[in-house]
Amino acid sequence: MLNILKRFFGAFFRKRSNIKIGFYGPPNAGKTSLANIICKDWTGESLGLVSDVPHETRQVQFREKVEIKHKNKTLVFKIVDTPGIATKIDYEDFLKYGLKRGVAKKRAKEATQGIIESIKWLDDMDAVVVVLDAGQNPYSQVNLTIVGNLVARKIPVLIVANKIDLKNVSAKKIEDAFPDYEVVGISAKKKINLEGFYAALFKLARSI
Amino acid sequence: MKSDKRIKGVSLHIIPFSEIRDLSITERIRKILHLVLGNKVVILQGRLRVEEEIRLIEDTMAMVDHVKSFKGIELAVIEPDQGNESIVMKIRKGIAKTLVGHHNALTIIGPASIVKEIKKDPKKLEVLLG
Repeated sequence: MLNILKRFFGAFFRKRSNIKIGFYGPPNAGKTSLANIICKDWTGESLGLVSDVPHETRQVQFREKVEIKHKNKTLVFKIVDTPGIATKIDYEDFLKYGLKRGVAKKRAKEATQGIIESIKWLDDMDAVVVVLDAGQNPYSQVNLTIVGNLVARKIPVLIVANKIDLKNVSAKKIEDAFPDYEVVGISAKKKINLEGFYAALFKLARSI
Repeated sequence: MKSDKRIKGVSLHIIPFSEIRDLSITERIRKILHLVLGNKVVILQGRLRVEEEIRLIEDTMAMVDHVKSFKGIELAVIEPDQGNESIVMKIRKGIAKTLVGHHNALTIIGPASIVKEIKKDPKKLEVLLG
């Protein structure tokens, strides 16, 4: 309720600039890779480190006043990259990536705190880009919980099906799972269909 | 020497909807996590509201941070009549039904270290040991 009121009255007092866009999703879906591309393209600097080891992003990181131009229109965003949300964290999972036990334990501890921080930031978002790995099952309970909470809080959502450059992977499974939402298939790593992503992002911004 | 981590058995705890109907969100989550921390797999009649699910994840993470050897939870909702529906329909029905009390679903919450996989099948529930 508070969020709805905030958004309603906020619309009167703020110009549609510095739109807060949160990048949410499960770990290793490519949230930071995508946020990095946006920040690098429009500010010249990346936002955070990426890695194959899950939970590389363990703190919310953001960049203010990212001015994006698309088809003669300009919008200013606050890009908020969040740690991946999960229901379990086991430091032993990190050991197989070659991390030392102490480092893995520290990473696990920071990851749990990162998830709590991600959830706390949800209410502060104007809109959310949910980044999913197109090669994974979209019906996971974490995905349901994230999207369910965005729907309940009336926060506009764009679904990104990432990693479509991988063999036998397309956005189709995600599109089937979310027929009522704009789903855009991209590869952040190979920079595939970023034009489609920016078009969808501007459409999302208009729905706020 | 490595400790024997094999689990000899699994304890299921069934919570009827009537047992949580009048509890606040904090009390519901506390009750569930108390059982899960006791190495029980909780089978809840009905489903949690979406805001309760996210709070469960939040509180679980706080527990992982503080309770040694607790690695988190596995969470699944089984709804017999929603086999092949899209996530959007599941969410819509979920939100609508939680407002009136949704008894048809089952929510399964177990410690991640015990529950390796919870397979969703309306007729047959398999709990595999890790």
